[in-house]
Amino acid sequence: MGSSAYISLENVVFSRSGRRIFDGISLDIPRGKVTAIMGPSGTGKTTLLKLIGGQLRPDSGSIRVDGHEVPRLKRTALYALRQKMGMLFQSGALFTDLSVFENVAFPIRVHTNLPEDMIRDIVLMKLEAVGLRGARDLMPSELSGGMTRRVALARSIALDPELIMYDEPFTGQDPIAMGVLVKLIRDLNSSMGLTSVLVSHDVTESLSICHFACIIADGKVIGQGTPEELRAHESERVQQFLQGQPDGPVPFHYPAEDATTDFGLGRKA
Amino acid sequence: MLDRVRALGQTGINVIVSFGRSGQFLFGVLRGVPKPAVGFPLLVRQIYSVGVLSLAIVVVSGLFIGMVLGLQGYTILSDYGSESAIGQMIALTLVRELGPVVTALLFAGRAGSALTAEIGLMKATEQLSSMEMMGVDPLRRVISPRLWAGFYTMPVLALIFSVVGIWGGMLVGVEWLGVYDGSFWGNMQSSVEFVDDVLNGVIKSVVFGFVCAWIAVYQGYDCVPTSAGISSATTKTVVYSSLAVLGLDFVLTAVMFGNF
Amino acid sequence: MAQRTVEIIVGLFMIAGLAALLFMALQVSGLSPKAAESTYTLYANFNDTGGLTPRGRISMAGVTIGTIDSITLDKKTFQARVKMAIHSDVDNIPADSAAVIRTSGLLGEQYIDVSVGGDMDSLKPGDTFYSTQSAMNLERLISNFASGR
Ligand SMILES: Nc1ncnc2c1ncn2[C@@H]1O[C@H](COP(=O)(O)OP(=O)(O)O)[C@@H](O)[C@H]1O
Ligand SMILES: [Mg+2]
Repeated sequence: MGSSAYISLENVVFSRSGRRIFDGISLDIPRGKVTAIMGPSGTGKTTLLKLIGGQLRPDSGSIRVDGHEVPRLKRTALYALRQKMGMLFQSGALFTDLSVFENVAFPIRVHTNLPEDMIRDIVLMKLEAVGLRGARDLMPSELSGGMTRRVALARSIALDPELIMYDEPFTGQDPIAMGVLVKLIRDLNSSMGLTSVLVSHDVTESLSICHFACIIADGKVIGQGTPEELRAHESERVQQFLQGQPDGPVPFHYPAEDATTDFGLGRKA
Repeated sequence: MLDRVRALGQTGINVIVSFGRSGQFLFGVLRGVPKPAVGFPLLVRQIYSVGVLSLAIVVVSGLFIGMVLGLQGYTILSDYGSESAIGQMIALTLVRELGPVVTALLFAGRAGSALTAEIGLMKATEQLSSMEMMGVDPLRRVISPRLWAGFYTMPVLALIFSVVGIWGGMLVGVEWLGVYDGSFWGNMQSSVEFVDDVLNGVIKSVVFGFVCAWIAVYQGYDCVPTSAGISSATTKTVVYSSLAVLGLDFVLTAVMFGNF
Repeated sequence: MAQRTVEIIVGLFMIAGLAALLFMALQVSGLSPKAAESTYTLYANFNDTGGLTPRGRISMAGVTIGTIDSITLDKKTFQARVKMAIHSDVDNIPADSAAVIRTSGLLGEQYIDVSVGGDMDSLKPGDTFYSTQSAMNLERLISNFASGR
């Protein structure tokens, strides 16, 4: 495996409820780098992460993670591979019946046989990293949205994964927390050599930390490259997205019939 | 007309599909038995929330149903001068039918709906997904202990229901209406068979426990992860469990007590 | 709640279930813990056993002294042969006692009542009751009465 791509997607086609979400998407995510995946909401960014994690299976095409063909993996192999992945869900997805401490300890307890005092040290270290060591005894219902996300981040790095996927980490964070997160993502990447996939529609923040970015729309990659390359990209659609212009080739509307027919104006007998 | 036929066919196919899916789901749950060291504490916790917390409603209902049986039995039997048969009537009704069936219906309403809502909410808040992404199978970790808890607790609850009901019937029959307690217990003992009546009742409640818990966890796991989806799944749990219990009760009664 | 507390409560819950099962066995179905109580066998032949069933009661002066083991048809005499298990401590049933099938109440179950004789000798294990009285058959009684016999 001399290739530097940790994850590579080739011609992935995926439909949901009859709607084609990915129409032959191909993408390489380099090892040990921060890759940002951007796109308007509803384009399937979360879906893409779930495909990489093997929670969804593509209709066709290949998804390779660290050399493993994910859709073809047997259950046990898939679960083993997932131990090397961390995923930060959009909602945090903390276990509501466990305290903050126990949430972070959960993956450690399940996958290792470490003694209790060592688990304690690891958990407190991870919580310290996200600035929530003092919140260890709170229940998830007592946390704000931003704190929830940070606890979830601590939990997803509890086992020191090789790959971490962040789903919209910046939404709902105050500027300070955002700064902390940005720094955290970068530090995790540089200190541990983590391969990071960052899904976001937050252009400035994402471009400021990623080594490599790609923009998806309409089930395809419409532009990719380093942040500098993207900023200088000649495609209109890329520029529209980066600059946040409402009108342009990227549709703001969910696919629908022609408005005149839908509103009943152009109805024929 | 053609549309109706088509809709009917579609419904039929959907029913078959959902049976298939729930069967596949059950297979997935039963295949993965968690390691005892991990699984036992989880199971104990579920027996607590599924069984112990249902105890109050089971005891209270059992007491009242037993008392009502005592009253009704007395009024009917005293017309034939055989009110001493009240003990046997109460015991047989409870042990064979009412114990397992009413407990299962109460279980579906109290514990089944809670199981569905809990699992549905875990799905809606992506807790199940995130567990999967941590390399932990939610079928083993979340679903399996809940299914087994239903299996173990239902017979216990049904037995307690019957005992409390018999005690309630004795309260009314013996203490209040003055049936001689020697003939109350004596009649009961000579007509209730341990294997044929009591153990068959236990077998019934084991079956009901398994089916109710299966329906509840499946509905939760399979629900549409929205508030409307969870509420409709909860309703379905109660309706399907009740129907399944009553239908199965007929089948089991025919097999156990029918003379063929 | 602490796992320990939960475990204790669940333990109590399961014990309550076992206790309920024990209550069902002993008090409700009347399985006696000394089930292996020693008994001896007696026989009785009846022309008609009516609704007599195995495990039915055998009583003397209203006190239960044993149970019915089995009821079979004697193919030579075409009579029913009832095998009874009598408690060993009731070992002095006079040899000329009669086994009578009675009904408890109007609609109750049928049982065998031993009406005591006056003989000095007692029935020994394996003996057969000399005199018996078959089940009272309501229908036959009524039809006899109606036809004036
Ligand atoms: N469970 C589902 N069933 C059917 N369609 C879905 C489901 N989840 C998401 N979708 C559809 O998939 C598309 C992509 O969703 P998602 O990946 O969540 O978008 P993003 O994360 O980019 O905002 C959306 O258009 C949505 O309508
Ligand atoms: Mg999303």
